[in-house]
Amino acid sequence: MKRSVYANWLIVPGMAVYSVFFLLPTLLSFFFSLTVWDLQEWRFVGLLNFKMFFEEPALRGAVTNTLIYAVTTSGLKTVLALLIAVGLASRLPTRNFLRSMIFFPTIVSTVAVGIVFTSLMHPTRGVINAALALLGIAGPDWLGNGDLALYSVILVDVWRGIGMAMMIYLAGLSAIPAEYGEALMVDGGNGWDKFRHITLPLIRPSMNSVIILSFIGGLRSFDLVWAMTGGGPGFATEILSSIVYKQYISGFYGLSTAGNIILLVLVALLAVPLHVRLTKMEVDL
Amino acid sequence: MKRKIRTGVIAALANAAVLLFYTTPFLFVLLNSFKDRRSAAQMNMSWPETFHPENYADVVNVGGGMLIRAFKNSTVITFVVVVLTVIVCSMTAFYVQRRNNRTAKLVSFLLLIGLMVPVPVMPTIWVLQALGLFRHKLGLILVQTAVGMPFSMMLFRGYIASIPREIDEAAMIDGCGPGRLFFQIIFPMLKPVTATVIILSSINVFNDFANALYFLPGAENATVQLTLYNFMGAYSNRWNLLFADVVIICIPMLILFLLFNRRIVSGMSAGAVKG
Repeated sequence: MKRSVYANWLIVPGMAVYSVFFLLPTLLSFFFSLTVWDLQEWRFVGLLNFKMFFEEPALRGAVTNTLIYAVTTSGLKTVLALLIAVGLASRLPTRNFLRSMIFFPTIVSTVAVGIVFTSLMHPTRGVINAALALLGIAGPDWLGNGDLALYSVILVDVWRGIGMAMMIYLAGLSAIPAEYGEALMVDGGNGWDKFRHITLPLIRPSMNSVIILSFIGGLRSFDLVWAMTGGGPGFATEILSSIVYKQYISGFYGLSTAGNIILLVLVALLAVPLHVRLTKMEVDL
Repeated sequence: MKRKIRTGVIAALANAAVLLFYTTPFLFVLLNSFKDRRSAAQMNMSWPETFHPENYADVVNVGGGMLIRAFKNSTVITFVVVVLTVIVCSMTAFYVQRRNNRTAKLVSFLLLIGLMVPVPVMPTIWVLQALGLFRHKLGLILVQTAVGMPFSMMLFRGYIASIPREIDEAAMIDGCGPGRLFFQIIFPMLKPVTATVIILSSINVFNDFANALYFLPGAENATVQLTLYNFMGAYSNRWNLLFADVVIICIPMLILFLLFNRRIVSGMSAGAVKG
């Protein structure tokens, strides 16, 4: 056989880096999650780390919080970004400026966003509660109240991530032929009919991308929670990735690795089937 | 007429809402970064009574030029990661897009995994330590390159699909080997997508917090994001300086955004949708 011009060595450097610094550690994490280790020596302990994970309330709570975080951020981004995108797909004169304003936080450092919102959400002096006070509402302690803190961080995550979702929707909206809407208007349909019967079915592929992307992003999220609450107050905003970090700095490397594996399994068990299911529901253009 | 008024009202409301929710935080940081320590601690939106641009100088000089060192570290890391990413991903993408064999399928499956699976923290540290790269910039650089590969590869692959195979064949007939074909003919044609990859991976690497936190601990190697985080702990009562730090760190991203707005948006959405 003649040698191909697409030589095999083209993939060697890429796959070498990817295998050594990502695939190999991923495979190793399955093994090390079954051990107690200190980076030098390990002792095989079977499923002990996982047992601890689900028996310790703080750790179990992190699994629940991670799910709440992923589902809520993904849901809010999917719905709110669609509404904003439909609004900004119109002939609004300032639409490009508004799109840019909403998108910009996506590329700003998450730690910076966390710092700014920590101060905006300050219970007594913060701008948010000052604004609420003007309306006669007594603002809550956004990040200090254990029942509320997780949702406060979720709101900031949505604030930051909505621009990305909006841009995916806008790309999808621009691909829907204008004639469809015009035909419906000629037949006496109104704006709501257009949204319900044309936009919504045809935007499905974009919506699926938004759901999957923000869901996986939500499961893996770390920076914002860490910068805003560090998992507190108590364990109120503890999520899997913050557990991974805390167990690491406390020296429980096996437990930390087990946290990573649980996260990986959640992604595999939830995101992959979700993706398959959503893709089946798409309408063909 | 009635319709026109309604549209006008809706437009005004939309503008007001976006300005309220999206401009306020930025304005807030900017205003407070110029206040003195006591007024910044009030955390309100008032105009600074006295302007203190020296806050910025203070931030830069604090801790013996910690921030300057951090900018240097982040720049070096970002630059090397971007160069590696462009070379390695364009080559892999060319192979995967052109070949339709088992290897190509396996490679693209393995890269798909990387789009979803979280970074395996402890085992990565173990590997880095075994190679003597833990706590070294090169270690973080290689991890960042590996972690960013799936996304950049996908962008390259999408673009390469639009380059006709006839070009490869013509080059081959003219006696061009695989190396020359890729580096002298194909790679120069990838300029637009290369630009997108350069911008997007710069943003990612510069903004990265978690990987630097895990794989590059130590004060002398601290990246910009780590300095910001540590600063939050150490100067929690000096909000004016903290805000000035936030502004300084956001400026490079603002410049990139003003210059490459369209490219950033289209690249990020294309990558997201294909993933």
